[in-house]
Amino acid sequence: MNTLHEFALRMGDNVLVLGHRVSEWCGHAPVLEEDIALANSALDLIGQTQLWLGLAADAEGSGKSADDLAFLRDAWDFRNALLCELPNGDFGQTLMRQYLFDAWHLIMLGKLTSSSEERVAEIADKAIKEVSYHVERSRDTVIGLGDGTEESHARVQAALDYLYPYVGEFFVSDKVDEAAARAGIAPRLEDLRGAYDLAVAETMSEATLKLPESEFAHKGGRTGSMHTEHLGHMLTQMQWLQRAYPGATW
Amino acid sequence: MSKEWPLWEVFIRGQHGLSHRHVGSLHAPDAEMAIKNARDVYTRRNEGQSIWVVEARHITASSPSEKGPLYEPSESKVYRHPTFFDIPDDVGAM
Repeated sequence: MNTLHEFALRMGDNVLVLGHRVSEWCGHAPVLEEDIALANSALDLIGQTQLWLGLAADAEGSGKSADDLAFLRDAWDFRNALLCELPNGDFGQTLMRQYLFDAWHLIMLGKLTSSSEERVAEIADKAIKEVSYHVERSRDTVIGLGDGTEESHARVQAALDYLYPYVGEFFVSDKVDEAAARAGIAPRLEDLRGAYDLAVAETMSEATLKLPESEFAHKGGRTGSMHTEHLGHMLTQMQWLQRAYPGATW
Repeated sequence: MSKEWPLWEVFIRGQHGLSHRHVGSLHAPDAEMAIKNARDVYTRRNEGQSIWVVEARHITASSPSEKGPLYEPSESKVYRHPTFFDIPDDVGAM
């Protein structure tokens, strides 16, 4: 098992898949300002993807590039958490998904800045500045919608109920995560849960939203054992050009 | 209640320590979001060091129809312009 490769793949696939999802809003957001803001976030995430998948490719040492990993793997090779691949739904669902991810991402990157692996620390150092802004924005919007009108409240509450069972996956270690933690590459995932729960509880209370009580957690994305049906559909969009015109560049 | 968010005017101070300049406007529900939106809409290409936003309704503007009385009287008073001084090149932009 190549721990660094697997770890970088998981970090990279999270931001690749979520970045693509967010980019699907481009030209469709409810107002111009949000459209541009979402596109900016998507671009930040795709930029981070280049760094993580570049590292994953180098660690694998097979001469592949970040682009090869992004565009020439199929659904079962992806290692993103399931939350990232879930459909956009309405604007509230997109921003709730974004907040639930951003809140984890910020804590994770904070730990990774002191990774024993120099390149990991460097990527985290760069990404954390972008992500600090992402979480500020998604948090404010979730609060605005939750503590907004009757309709916006109902919609983001429904989004929270739907998405929350996908949060647990970020905190469950398997062999790869344990090896990464032992090598000092990454923190123990379970150790991030306390800070995450605290941040999310505070945001939801400000947003007048109720966190689901069930502890049930979907899993299978980070290990690649089982993705949702949505990932394959997304990849047909994301990868069609390289599939139809192999090796095309511009 | 209007469904439209209020309009905000955006002022940005660029890289070079100049004063804030009006760059455009946008809609936002409150001042905090207006700053965030301004960051996303107007500083994507590294244009800014500092952002001001002000709700457009708080700006009092001069009336175009009063152009004559407001501005014309100064046109004929050349002595108000410091055009008779030689300014050394070292001084730079004033």
